[in-house]
Amino acid sequence: MHLPAWRFGKPYESLERTQLVHFLTGAPVAEVSQVGGAIIGRDLQKSARTARAALLAIDPEEIVERLQTAGNLYAHGTLTVGDSKQSPDDFVKQQSATTGLPESLCRANMQKNLFVLSNMDRMLDALSRGLPPEVLWKGFGTEHRGVVVSYQAQSPVLGLVLPSNSPGVHTLWLPVIALGVGLVMKPGGQEPWTPYRMAAAMVEAGIPAEAIGLYPGPTDVGAAILAGCGRSMIFGSAKTVEQYRGNPAVQVHGPGFSKILLGDDCVDGWERHLDVIVESVAANSGRGCINASAVYASRHTQEIAAALAERLGPIDVKPPEDPDAKLAAFTVPGAAKAIWEQIEAGLKAPGVTHATAAYGPRFVEGERCGWLRPTVVHCASPDPEIAKAEYMFPFVSVVACPQEKMLERIGPTLVATAITVDPAFQSQLIDCTAIDRLNLGPIPTNKLDWLQPHEGNIIDFLYRSRALQVPAASSRPLQVV
Amino acid sequence: MATDAPAAKPPAFEVADAAAVAKARTVLDAHTVETVAWHFHPSTGCPFWLEYAKSLPFDPLTEVKNYDDLKKFPPFEDEWLRGGPVRRWVPKGFADKPAYVFETGGTTGVPKSRVNMRDFRTDYEEFSATLPDEYFPKGANWLMLGPSGPRRLRLSIEHLAQHRGGICFCIDLDPRWVIKLIQKGWMEHLEAYKQHCIDQAITILEAGHEVRCLFTTPKLLEALALALEKKGTTIRQMGITGIFSGGTEFTPQWTRFAVEELLEGVYMTPTYGNTLMGLAASRPVTPADGYTIAYYAPQPRAVIEVVDFDDTNSVVPYGGTGRVKLTTLTQETFVPGFLERDEGERERPYKQYPWDGISGVRPFRALAATTTVGVY
Repeated sequence: MHLPAWRFGKPYESLERTQLVHFLTGAPVAEVSQVGGAIIGRDLQKSARTARAALLAIDPEEIVERLQTAGNLYAHGTLTVGDSKQSPDDFVKQQSATTGLPESLCRANMQKNLFVLSNMDRMLDALSRGLPPEVLWKGFGTEHRGVVVSYQAQSPVLGLVLPSNSPGVHTLWLPVIALGVGLVMKPGGQEPWTPYRMAAAMVEAGIPAEAIGLYPGPTDVGAAILAGCGRSMIFGSAKTVEQYRGNPAVQVHGPGFSKILLGDDCVDGWERHLDVIVESVAANSGRGCINASAVYASRHTQEIAAALAERLGPIDVKPPEDPDAKLAAFTVPGAAKAIWEQIEAGLKAPGVTHATAAYGPRFVEGERCGWLRPTVVHCASPDPEIAKAEYMFPFVSVVACPQEKMLERIGPTLVATAITVDPAFQSQLIDCTAIDRLNLGPIPTNKLDWLQPHEGNIIDFLYRSRALQVPAASSRPLQVV
Repeated sequence: MATDAPAAKPPAFEVADAAAVAKARTVLDAHTVETVAWHFHPSTGCPFWLEYAKSLPFDPLTEVKNYDDLKKFPPFEDEWLRGGPVRRWVPKGFADKPAYVFETGGTTGVPKSRVNMRDFRTDYEEFSATLPDEYFPKGANWLMLGPSGPRRLRLSIEHLAQHRGGICFCIDLDPRWVIKLIQKGWMEHLEAYKQHCIDQAITILEAGHEVRCLFTTPKLLEALALALEKKGTTIRQMGITGIFSGGTEFTPQWTRFAVEELLEGVYMTPTYGNTLMGLAASRPVTPADGYTIAYYAPQPRAVIEVVDFDDTNSVVPYGGTGRVKLTTLTQETFVPGFLERDEGERERPYKQYPWDGISGVRPFRALAATTTVGVY
């Protein structure tokens, strides 16, 4: 199978290709054409505006309907992807083979993407706060309150530098086409599957092919996307986040450092919330930024760590096709070992204990890859480095911390599930700017309500709300003379 | 004799015949003996080699009878080129000649340096003979869109232009700052600096100087092409007819992209070179040859061998992958068996260059992680 680059509707077979192989057997799975940054620079200059124009030529409601059709095709159809036909089963097996993710988790991520596409109309209504969709198409219009509003697109296309670690992140960019903005994607090196299949489903459903670009390649492709697109989304490490902090043209998605915070009013009943904590830590093999990496509580932390270890510790490596497989492999040679060595070093710090030590070795070495079994550590305070760590497997630090110190110690937190009914603590949580998504109550950190914004509202990122006045006869503006 | 790698395809270029290869080898053997005699004779050699000879278990003056005898020398260590005194590299035979010093790298620490009297001129005069006059017209003016500062390349391109009867325009480009920007992750600054270089180039191209020939690197070439396209024009429409370019980022795919989408028939010839060796020309790059970029050293003044990663005295089979081993044999500079920071595939002798070549040049895998590829 060969996946060519897709230059706004035109397939392009590069002379340079990378071979994707099965993480266990090394058997070839696909070849992926690799392009350089200059191709993107040139295509963006020539085709970015036509990408948006092609979308705007279609009624916005019709686009949403086509996206819903695309969702069904993506989840259930046999599509032409690259030079081959691909059924949903083929897709799951290919994605699992090159990412190390168990097939059951690949299927679960497909359902997540399907859900978002199927509910696109509700999502857009929620994210735009009921804005008539044609306002984004025309640039301005009259709200239901009779007020003229204007939304100006900040870029005809959104650039995406996509990761390989979790196919679930693709839900973030799925609404973009429905907002009348084209897509320019650099697929993850090991996970080109979702962008390619999604693009194929969209085109099959009638989304204009010239609105979508797929540019697999080395790092300079990412740099070219960021340099050439007025708005880009990049997934990366804490260093990447730091690099683009404060750049209004780039939305960075890095580590989440998501957490469960047990309030003093509920902590004595911690056992009731064990299921929520386990799911938050271990769902999707702990790969996502929305998986919890720490649990904060003022007391019972030793017991919580022990109980989590009892639930998570026995989880073992299973073949990727086993429906009960819960752990993804680290397919980059040496990665699992290096991470485990880092954790072992962290375990030596004062006040840190390894709660899963009794459940056998955590690092499992394969012939071509490695695994890390779920790991629970206990920290007597938020001070040790490991209390602030996040890894791409089910890893959690249970941190002893007084409630009154919690919010000043947790640091950046993408999702905080605060288990408390104390109005004063809830109020402090609502005001805490270190927290992005806040769950007030026992909701797993990975349970996202897609009708709410994630790391900023995508509409606010792609569009600027600004003033646009028209003569009084055509509206009822409030004029101050 | 080396054999073909098992999967070698029939060559899509004119392979040199055995007689031409043998003749070139004879010339190389004689040139080697002559060069070693110069560098190790007390009246002509440089202080470094005369001193070094005392530590050798053989006498270079009597025991180097052909090119293969250079294997008797231990590998050349480029660290020797860091720091002074620089005069220790000046052959006594050239003690009264004006000398240049050219530097490589130098992002951190003391850069490596090579002294030059006339070598860079000779190298580029020889290279000039490989340029087609149709695309590099005699008397045409040049633009050097590449590194400035203590670089051999900067003066060499200017000399090439002068040698062909033209005048060379230059820009300010500090590659050490570029490497620092990349290492610091200051990508916006990198982009701005690249734009600063391109702005200088476009200013010259638009100033009515009738520039027809260009030296540049792949990254700067594509940046120039995109910037011109943004202004509604192209490299060809600006009057450029020939481009001489270089860098390890010269891949077949990049070349194909440039030929198909940026150049509109403007002739481009890739080269491979560095301060130590000089300049290796390429055989014609064609779609039939899969846009393979194959370089041939300016033998006998310099030799490129593609050697086994572990046994660096053995060349790999044709088509096989190995490390670049470089030997420089001029009266000004003697560098026996320097292991470059690049690797590639061994190429068969080409009709115009009847000796081994190299294709697919890229940073040596064992060092690639620590190498920062800048703009050139």
